[in-house]
Amino acid sequence: MTIKQLSVFLENKSGRINEVAKILGQNNINMHAFSMAETTDFGILRLIVTEVDKAVEVLREASFAVMLTDVVCISCDNVSGALSTILDNLTEAGIFIEYMYAFAEGNSANVVIRPSDIDRCVEVLVSCPCSVMNKI
Amino acid sequence: MIWNPNKECMSRDEMHALQSKRLQKLVTYVYHNTPFYRNKMQEMDLSPEDIKTIDDIVKLPFTTKQDLRDNYPYGLQAAPASEIVRVHASSGTTGNPTIVGYTRKDLAVWSEVMARCLTAYGITRDDTFSVSYGYGLFTGGLGAHYGVENLGATVIPTSTGNTEKHIRLIRDLKITGIACTPSYALYLAETLEKMGLSKKDISLRVGAFGAEPWTENMRHEIEERLGLKGFNLYGLSEIMGPGVSYECEMQNGSHICEDHFYPEIINPDTLEQLPYGEQGELVFTTLTKEGMPLLRYRTKDLCTLMTGECECGRTAVRMGRITGRSDDMLIIRGINVFPSQVESVILEMKEFEPQYMLVVDRVNNLDTLQVQVEVRRDFFNDDIGRMLAMKKMLADRLKSVLSIAADIKLMEPGSIERSQGKGKHVIDKRILK
Repeated sequence: MTIKQLSVFLENKSGRINEVAKILGQNNINMHAFSMAETTDFGILRLIVTEVDKAVEVLREASFAVMLTDVVCISCDNVSGALSTILDNLTEAGIFIEYMYAFAEGNSANVVIRPSDIDRCVEVLVSCPCSVMNKI
Repeated sequence: MIWNPNKECMSRDEMHALQSKRLQKLVTYVYHNTPFYRNKMQEMDLSPEDIKTIDDIVKLPFTTKQDLRDNYPYGLQAAPASEIVRVHASSGTTGNPTIVGYTRKDLAVWSEVMARCLTAYGITRDDTFSVSYGYGLFTGGLGAHYGVENLGATVIPTSTGNTEKHIRLIRDLKITGIACTPSYALYLAETLEKMGLSKKDISLRVGAFGAEPWTENMRHEIEERLGLKGFNLYGLSEIMGPGVSYECEMQNGSHICEDHFYPEIINPDTLEQLPYGEQGELVFTTLTKEGMPLLRYRTKDLCTLMTGECECGRTAVRMGRITGRSDDMLIIRGINVFPSQVESVILEMKEFEPQYMLVVDRVNNLDTLQVQVEVRRDFFNDDIGRMLAMKKMLADRLKSVLSIAADIKLMEPGSIERSQGKGKHVIDKRILK
């Protein structure tokens, strides 16, 4: 019930994100979601892509530092209050969220969560008013 | 004004005779008191009697910073510990600082040469003089301090730090002279302006600047903003500290206190002595030093030597501006930094590739050092906290080795330019100014 997220280490240099996008595009790998975490001198690009193993391979070939991270991906109703209801359950269970990012489309919203305890997080989420995705 | 006309304006013949006599005495002294030099001379089949005049100096062995390091801490000290009254230290490249012990007479010579410098700058007993080099192991603070006292001016031992308070003292005590690094002088000017004051509110007249390379442009800027006349003050702790050479009002090279520090210019590759006027590495022999006398110490500073009587009346050989280094040492905020120090820290940490680049710049008149390192692919982590911890660990280790803070920039693997042959590890943007 977890999904492999691709994390790419990037210097803060213009054109770097585009490099990643270009390589993925050339290899027919589609990006479902991504987020960029940045510090003053470097950033971490986090991506959910169609063919994660192939993505790792082609990015490594192009000398990028990449790694895979397990994340939980849920789909819930795209209405106000929906996320809060789900997060209440995680808070009660004492699960800490290291980071998360989301994208909404039509009636549903997808949320990518990197929790402190992933197994326990999945356990809690399956009983919540959302679906835990096996793949995107 | 000339502090010691007998020495500073000596005829060349008299100087030659004095230097010859002092060199003979020095060689005999180190031969009998420094095993390092005795061994070297014996290897070269050289005895003290072979040195008859100063021109025989070319027969003598050189001394390098590496020799001082290899013989840490007191290996090159000639005087017994009971005669040493003070010790200074300069930063070393591999953790070991260079230790320099001074006898009472050494300190007297130091105060004498510093008084010569200050007098050449126009400082008299009537001046109030602020010493704004760091006080402590660094030779700048105490070296200049005792020179001012010897001269008889009033010394204000401000050291560095708390710049606003310093400016209030400059204004309220009507301080007329200051010794500091040129970049600190610019910082003072900036702080002065920030406080809503200008050069009209202060009485600074003379600045003695040294301990780091500086340019004519910096001189003009400092003079313009602080309303003083800036003079070069040269020295290095291995030889003595500040006071080895100084500019007079003609500002046509720095007069070397040749009766104490004998200068030569050599070709750093062949080690041959070069004639006056040619550019090469500056070498000093401490003609009168007792604590840690050095024969032909290679400063690694590149410059030229000029002869001929100066219009000021002094006859000593003058050195031109330092135009570079024959090694890769950087002087950042007055601290000696070698790229190899950074390298040794990076090589010890498995998180980083053995590739790095030092970027030195001057921002708001303060030197900055950025160290760029490549994160090893296996150590890249999705957790930003861990990445920042990795960065901080490197910053802390560098700080403890270099004694100055460096800004770390984590780079992607493979992003630092690889060079063929001798690696290029430094981008110094300061000299462009």
